[in-house]
Amino acid sequence: MSDVIRKFTRNVPDWRPRVEPVKLEEASQEQLDALKVTPSNTKVSAYVLTLAHDVETLKVRSPLFNGIMYDKGGMSRDERELGAIAASMVNHCIYCAAVHADRHAKIAKDTTVTDELFAKGLKADLSTRDRAIFDFAHALSQTPSEATPEQMSALRDAGLDEAEILDLILSTALFGWANRLMHVLGDPVRKVSA
Amino acid sequence: MSMETLTKSTLLDLAGIAGGSPIAAALEGRSNIVAMTQTTEDAVLKPVDAGSWSHDVRAALAARIAALNGEGALADRYCGLIADPEVAELADPLKSGKVQGMEHVCDFMDKVAAQTRDVDAEDIRTLQESGVSDADIVRLCEINAFMSYQVRVLAGLRLMKETGA
Repeated sequence: MSDVIRKFTRNVPDWRPRVEPVKLEEASQEQLDALKVTPSNTKVSAYVLTLAHDVETLKVRSPLFNGIMYDKGGMSRDERELGAIAASMVNHCIYCAAVHADRHAKIAKDTTVTDELFAKGLKADLSTRDRAIFDFAHALSQTPSEATPEQMSALRDAGLDEAEILDLILSTALFGWANRLMHVLGDPVRKVSA
Repeated sequence: MSMETLTKSTLLDLAGIAGGSPIAAALEGRSNIVAMTQTTEDAVLKPVDAGSWSHDVRAALAARIAALNGEGALADRYCGLIADPEVAELADPLKSGKVQGMEHVCDFMDKVAAQTRDVDAEDIRTLQESGVSDADIVRLCEINAFMSYQVRVLAGLRLMKETGA
């Protein structure tokens, strides 16, 4: 039986690469710098070691990723996570969906939103504001984007200001990116118990 | 960093946001993100170590993904970076890439861009079996992934502008 996880879950799985990650002992200085490997920090995930194959992108991508998800001001952190979850559900990236649903539940101190989303998708019972956010992010994640002026108006009607809407666009788009690495380059697999 | 100092930004060039508007103010508040997006575009499109994918091929694949997403102006911008006319054909999603010996690469890129959820282990194995190295597979994914981000930021900004508060 395959150990690959195919259903959405908040239990964060392991990630098994489909390509051979960079071997730490064979990494170049540029790769070690990008991986932030120091004598006291030699733990690097298989995912980051996989991305180290394209070290020039890895170097600039990490600060961009952190800026979009965690910079102060604008949209709240849990709502940015909703954008990430919507994209990950469209692209069926089980790993990203788990990480960000878990994060949403912890920040919002609430599991009902992500329970609803994983159980019912677009038919989930959500607050007006979460509904507007999820629907817009879900539509923006289609190829090509199916986001509409009506969905944009629904965001404003739900009380989002321009800075919050921009943050939602950025976090949703960012997961269009992350999903195409995580979901394409590896499989989400059951955690091996230690 | 102010928006004026961002002399070169694909997002700002193509979004056409009027100065002084509420959207311009929101972008000003995230000028670091706009700047880092441009830095990443440069790293993805014009890396020092390009692996098997020349800057021309990267621009063509970027244009191809922009076109698959209906972003014509963005596709034109990337097409403008291509020197080799034979490579330029890859920018057209209707071309298979067979002439350039890149059919397997085009198939993969189209699927990752547009049918992401259906990509599976077999797609990676197919590339490996056709002789694409693991490092080059990661490079293809980063080109695809970055473009998927950029087209959505542009689509979102355009909607903000069209429905402008």
